[in-house]
Amino acid sequence: MPSLDDLRKRITSVKSTQKITKAMKMVAAAKLRKAQENAEKGRPYSEKMNNIILNLSAGVSDPQSAPKLLVGTGKEDVHLCVVLTSDRGLCGGFNSNIIKKAKNYFEKIQKEGKSLKIITVGSKGYDQLKRQYGKHIIENISFKESKNINYFDAAKVGNLIIEKFQNEEFDFCTIFFNKFKNVISQIPQAQQIIPLENKDKDKDEKLESNYEFEPDEDEILSNLLPKNISTQIFKAMLENSASEQGSRMTAMDNATRNAGDLVDKLTIQYNRSRQAAITKELIEIISGAESL
Amino acid sequence: MDQFNLEIISPEKSFLTKSDIEEVVIPAIEGYMGILKDHIPLISFLKPGIIDVRSKNETLNYYVDDGIVEFKDNTLSILTSNIFDLKEMDKNKVDKIVKDAEEGLKKENIKDDERYILDQKIEVLNSIKSN
Repeated sequence: MPSLDDLRKRITSVKSTQKITKAMKMVAAAKLRKAQENAEKGRPYSEKMNNIILNLSAGVSDPQSAPKLLVGTGKEDVHLCVVLTSDRGLCGGFNSNIIKKAKNYFEKIQKEGKSLKIITVGSKGYDQLKRQYGKHIIENISFKESKNINYFDAAKVGNLIIEKFQNEEFDFCTIFFNKFKNVISQIPQAQQIIPLENKDKDKDEKLESNYEFEPDEDEILSNLLPKNISTQIFKAMLENSASEQGSRMTAMDNATRNAGDLVDKLTIQYNRSRQAAITKELIEIISGAESL
Repeated sequence: MDQFNLEIISPEKSFLTKSDIEEVVIPAIEGYMGILKDHIPLISFLKPGIIDVRSKNETLNYYVDDGIVEFKDNTLSILTSNIFDLKEMDKNKVDKIVKDAEEGLKKENIKDDERYILDQKIEVLNSIKSN
């Protein structure tokens, strides 16, 4: 049985931890609103970009001459995986969920005997992957210095990927990130960006193809596709940052509640042992008086 | 005069939406291009230059670095990663971009089309400065 003094110390320590988690929750809530706003504001750009590319690729008649970013290299030997995680911890299962999803994919690829290359964005992902997949990680990027998510950071990653693609270092590229659904649920996603996955292929929507192009179609497409990669990464980064804050908010909310429960439990225990000590003293006095 | 819609979108946000546009002049990659209502559907690229937006009451000028333009159903969409209102461009800002561009030109392995874009950029910015 811990002494009264120990219990008192423990209660104070749990209470101060609770203060920290509560403050973190508030900060996360404020940041979440901003991140969510940013994610929403960023959507029109990527949607429009996607639309234009769809319109363009509908007009590509000859897959032989189409840019490789659109149709792929024709091989599928080397897979590049870009894992986007956060730079900070204490955000619940946010990073682990992405890593889990990514690891499943890595295993699948390795079973198929294809080679694997990894780029990690965000230091937490690198920390979790370096032990098991250290030799596959070819690049580790972190944007700790930039306060806000900005397009130039995304473009840096995008250009790196394109450079590697042009040097024929890989055939497939997939990005891993958390898609923000709501505050309590974020869904880890794997999205293939090279070659471009045409999700709306099945739709029989008649796409307008009587566009006037200046310069010609192929040139536009080969100029647009690299930009699209950066845009997709930027979109993933925005989703990720909203998810990170949401996940942190939920985690810290839980932590605050748990700390509260713990304080209640410890207080009851403290009061009981205090009462026990008093009763013990009384008995001692009474039995002392009786024996006189 | 007939009017059409304009939206300028940057990755971070929707930069400008207007529906009372009469004419827009854009710096397309093969030369400046004026767009009026009922232009045929168009997709093109921008080079560094000035976008000139004319509506009934006002004229707006923006400087862009690059971008993609789509015109369809009387809506002109401009996607660009770098756009500034000319009114907000002071000398220091212009100087900084010019300096960056000049530094880019000094690189040895620069491609011809990159050089063309940078030259354009410096030319446009210098003309802004002299105004």
